[in-house]
Amino acid sequence: MADFDYGRAVKYFLLADFVKGFGLGLKYMFAPKVTLNYPHEKGPLSPRFRGEHALRRYANGEERCIACKLCEAVCPAQAITIDAEPRDDGSRRTTRYDIDMTKCIYCGFCQEACPVDAIVEGPNFEFATETREELFYDKDKLLENGDRWEAQIARNLELDAPYR
Amino acid sequence: MYDFFTTTILGMGLTIVGQIFLLVIPLLLALAFLMYADRKIWAAVMMRRGPNVVGVFGLLQSFADFLKYIVKEVVFPAGADKAVFLMAPMVTLVMSLIAWAVIPFNDGWVLSEINVAILYVFAVSSLEVYGVIMGGWASNSKYPFLGSLRSAAQMISYEVSIGLIIIGIIISSGSMNFGDIVAAQDSDYGLLSWYWLPHFPMLILFFISALAETNRPPFDLPEAESELVAGYQVEYSSTPFLLFMIGELVAVVLMCALISLMFFGGWLSPIPGLPDGIFWMVSKMLLVFFFFSMVKAITPRYRYDQLMRIGWKIFLPLSLLWVVFVAFAAKFDWFWGLYARWTVGG
Repeated sequence: MADFDYGRAVKYFLLADFVKGFGLGLKYMFAPKVTLNYPHEKGPLSPRFRGEHALRRYANGEERCIACKLCEAVCPAQAITIDAEPRDDGSRRTTRYDIDMTKCIYCGFCQEACPVDAIVEGPNFEFATETREELFYDKDKLLENGDRWEAQIARNLELDAPYR
Repeated sequence: MYDFFTTTILGMGLTIVGQIFLLVIPLLLALAFLMYADRKIWAAVMMRRGPNVVGVFGLLQSFADFLKYIVKEVVFPAGADKAVFLMAPMVTLVMSLIAWAVIPFNDGWVLSEINVAILYVFAVSSLEVYGVIMGGWASNSKYPFLGSLRSAAQMISYEVSIGLIIIGIIISSGSMNFGDIVAAQDSDYGLLSWYWLPHFPMLILFFISALAETNRPPFDLPEAESELVAGYQVEYSSTPFLLFMIGELVAVVLMCALISLMFFGGWLSPIPGLPDGIFWMVSKMLLVFFFFSMVKAITPRYRYDQLMRIGWKIFLPLSLLWVVFVAFAAKFDWFWGLYARWTVGG
């Protein structure tokens, strides 16, 4: 019993670690809370945040997408489906632009591939739905998203531009 | 009118039912807020906010949870013994509720003034194990069964040391009646004359045993949610699960009441001169409950072998030695008679 650690035994029976833990617990009990009150408070988002997709328009209302299909090609999850035909005025536009949001992995490659900044991932991350079908976005839905979030998307693109 | 309630059978029955409601309804109401307080304290130590949406400061959270449990579907596992399956949570709840019959909240404020009150509480809380075993067995599933075995072994192990600690108190006060035990702690010195001082080591042991007995963290092995799903409660849902939960919390509050009665002088005021009363009893119970929640927040869970080692190799010998010590101290009047202040007999 030469190497018996008496100090440790005494501490064990006096519940030293519990007393210490209790003190720490009391100290942290009155410390400021670190959690956000989520639906009422939200954390800051980077301009690069990759959330819900949107198709943007030019200021005159013309849609940006020229149906180059680079996003469709680069999409690693193959979530994007595009059909294209020349429009009546001769310009090349999409007739169909679908994103399967259940497949999408939010990598942001579509946004990077786009030569005209048409498809972007906006700052919105609260688009949960009750049914799976509602997450199959079509062109109308994406354009509507673009109209709704245009102000923030434009600002984010401008803020991120120096680093691209 | 007075005669009707004191002499006729119907009247006396009505009186008893009324008294029971007078005890159980405030108890269950208080329980809702205690559960809320428990979660709030737990959250505060972790620097979280805790429930704060339902009602002002989230005060009505427990009632929302209650409603949610009630409206869920009761799922019966295939091959479960339905009768036993449904009886188990009721056993847990009923056993933890009937123990309150002998708990006094003030001088004479007790449903049934019996002389073996402390033994009664002990016996009834031992029976709670049956709820756990029945629940685990009736689920017809291996994990609940294994969980219930562990839980039963744990509860039985710690009952041993709880029983021995209680014997020390009984020797000291010379009575098993809670009223007499509290009266034995009364003196001119206020809180210095309560049993927590002479029986201090046993207070700690009793507190820890109470944690294990009620399956509270850090001894919540049967329901260790992170690694064991929920032990014997795995197959339970809806109201039966709610009954299990309420039963467990009632047992926790019962332990708070026991500690404040046996070690902190029940309804006696800590400062000589201030009036005694139910206020002191309730605030002592709340204080003990605060310690229960703090322990939940600050301690990591024990391993099963550690739990058994503490129960059988440390608590049992220590409490046994203490019984011997108290017996000698009481018999030969050591320490200025601190250990023998009998109110009845000797």
